Amino acid sequence: MNAQKPHIVVQDLTMAYGSFVVQSHLTFTIHRGDIFIIMGDSGCGKSTLLNHMVGLIEPAKGEVLYDGVSFWDSPPADRDLLLRRFGLLYQSGALWSSMTLAENIALPLREYTRMSGAEIRELASLKLALVGLTGFEDYYPSEISGGMRKRAGLARAMALDPDILFFDEPSAGLDPISARLLDDLILELRASLGTTFVVVTHELASIFTIGNNSVFLDAERKTMIAAGDPKQMLAECRDPKVHRFLTRGGPPPARENG
Amino acid sequence: MTSSADRNQIQPASSRCCWTVEPEGNGTIRLLFEGDWKLDQTLPKPAEILASDAAEGTLRKVRFDCRALAGWDSGLLVFLRDLDRIAGQRRIEIDRAGLPEGVRKLLDLAAAVPERKGARRSVERDPFLDRVGATAMALGKSAAQTFTFIGECTVALGRLVTGKARLQRSDLLVFIEDCGVSALPIVTLLSMLFGLILAFIGAVQLMMFGAQIYVADLVGIAVVRVMGAVMCGIIMAGRTGAAFAAQLGTMQVNQEIDALKTLGISPIEFLVLPRLLALCLMMPLLCLYADLMGIAGGLIVAVWMLDINVVQYLNQTLHALNMSHFLVGVAHALVFGVLIALFGCLKGIQCGRSASAVGEATTSAVVACIVAIVVSTALITFICNVLKV
Repeated sequence: MNAQKPHIVVQDLTMAYGSFVVQSHLTFTIHRGDIFIIMGDSGCGKSTLLNHMVGLIEPAKGEVLYDGVSFWDSPPADRDLLLRRFGLLYQSGALWSSMTLAENIALPLREYTRMSGAEIRELASLKLALVGLTGFEDYYPSEISGGMRKRAGLARAMALDPDILFFDEPSAGLDPISARLLDDLILELRASLGTTFVVVTHELASIFTIGNNSVFLDAERKTMIAAGDPKQMLAECRDPKVHRFLTRGGPPPARENG
Repeated sequence: MTSSADRNQIQPASSRCCWTVEPEGNGTIRLLFEGDWKLDQTLPKPAEILASDAAEGTLRKVRFDCRALAGWDSGLLVFLRDLDRIAGQRRIEIDRAGLPEGVRKLLDLAAAVPERKGARRSVERDPFLDRVGATAMALGKSAAQTFTFIGECTVALGRLVTGKARLQRSDLLVFIEDCGVSALPIVTLLSMLFGLILAFIGAVQLMMFGAQIYVADLVGIAVVRVMGAVMCGIIMAGRTGAAFAAQLGTMQVNQEIDALKTLGISPIEFLVLPRLLALCLMMPLLCLYADLMGIAGGLIVAVWMLDINVVQYLNQTLHALNMSHFLVGVAHALVFGVLIALFGCLKGIQCGRSASAVGEATTSAVVACIVAIVVSTALITFICNVLKV
């Protein structure tokens, strides 16, 4: 499936807050249907990279291209059209706290589709059922647990059947079984709808189960130090830091600097 | 540990910590720990130990003896890390062999992850001129943000008028209720008291000339023209402006506003417009209501203190007021409504990502609203004066 033309291209991206450079010279390509993992030690700018990709922060330098079109060079109206093809799940869920779960999912549908109220409600129930929250339509985000909020956030991210789903640490705070179900759901969505996923995660189990492409950010060198399929990365990458990460601090690779 | 005395004590009394330094010759000392080295004890500073008599001469090596050590916790670890640091500076070798195994392991663990370069924050204060410059730049930036925000709101209003922006009707109704009906009790109380006070102060002066009846003119014109609107403005700044800032600030903290943006929904159209419209619709009405209550307050003083009867007072008020007074008052209220909604929402949207940032946003929203109300009152009064309204 990687034989297609690139779907998302990040080119020589430099991310900075004011004069503080978080990461520089990031270049990687994501194909349609990829499950792309962003990994790295804590504080290296994984979430910042995600925010750059979804257009919340303007890059200090470099470009993010979607199907060959640069996000930041496009006029705002085109950017909005692009944004509609994205779904985003935040670390905390970021549900709108003044609305019930069903209303949260209904909002993007009401904005961008011509569906009737009953149809929207029906679809919201379906999305909630997909993440295992059947019957919670009329709960407010403050009335459910953190893990449930996260799943509801996922349901909202999937509301418009987006082309690309961005997940910021989807399995953090989920119990192992829910985390496993989430992985299954991701694989299922890719198989059925051809959705592309960009996932920030630390979960090694997830990384190896679902990821087929990835980038590894290093906080010290402030750039990416490895990219590609995580399984291949584990087998081939000679960087001790990447190896330690992928083996939970296991022994260094057999041949150094091979 | 089964005796009742032990059970009553949460922690058994610890023995005092002591230390002795034994010179071993050749620049080596042995440090003997005794008793409990715990956080609840006053532990010695490593520097005093190294400076003690026994450690005289060129010190090369420190060894430890922990046979008499009764107990330890993080207190000992902090002491040893401090000692390590000083020893590093003075090139003294530390031999950890004599330490309990647990202590050694924890110290190794604390040293396992090296400090990240550039992660430690410097506590130095920037030079004065730097700070002045930074403050000036921050001021410029916040002014630019404010104007951008006002511009965005204007564009959003334009889109609403031309039918391109969709208004959340249910939200609008909730906000109308919130800054309309729900504000009535406090507006009633404060405006009526204000009318009362004004009438009372005026009455004392006017009675000296036997011109009590003009209390009606005084209260009527003052309240209708300016003060009703100003009272409403200040009440709504504290009530609604603060609420808007806190609501949007909390949404910012929860990334709810980011969630809107990434869906391509403009936070201005979705969050600010309904609040702005609700306040603009309700402020003039609240102002008229406050006018009425202010006049009622004046009436109470007139009837009780001045022996003016109700009909007389109302007639005099009607005679004193004309339409332009009401219009000026309503214009004030409308301007205040816009200012309160704008500043409340602006401070909320600019809010940082912490609980204290929400508090700051709320405070600065109220302050900004009240300053804006007073300044705009002065401006409107000046303009009315020039236009001879």
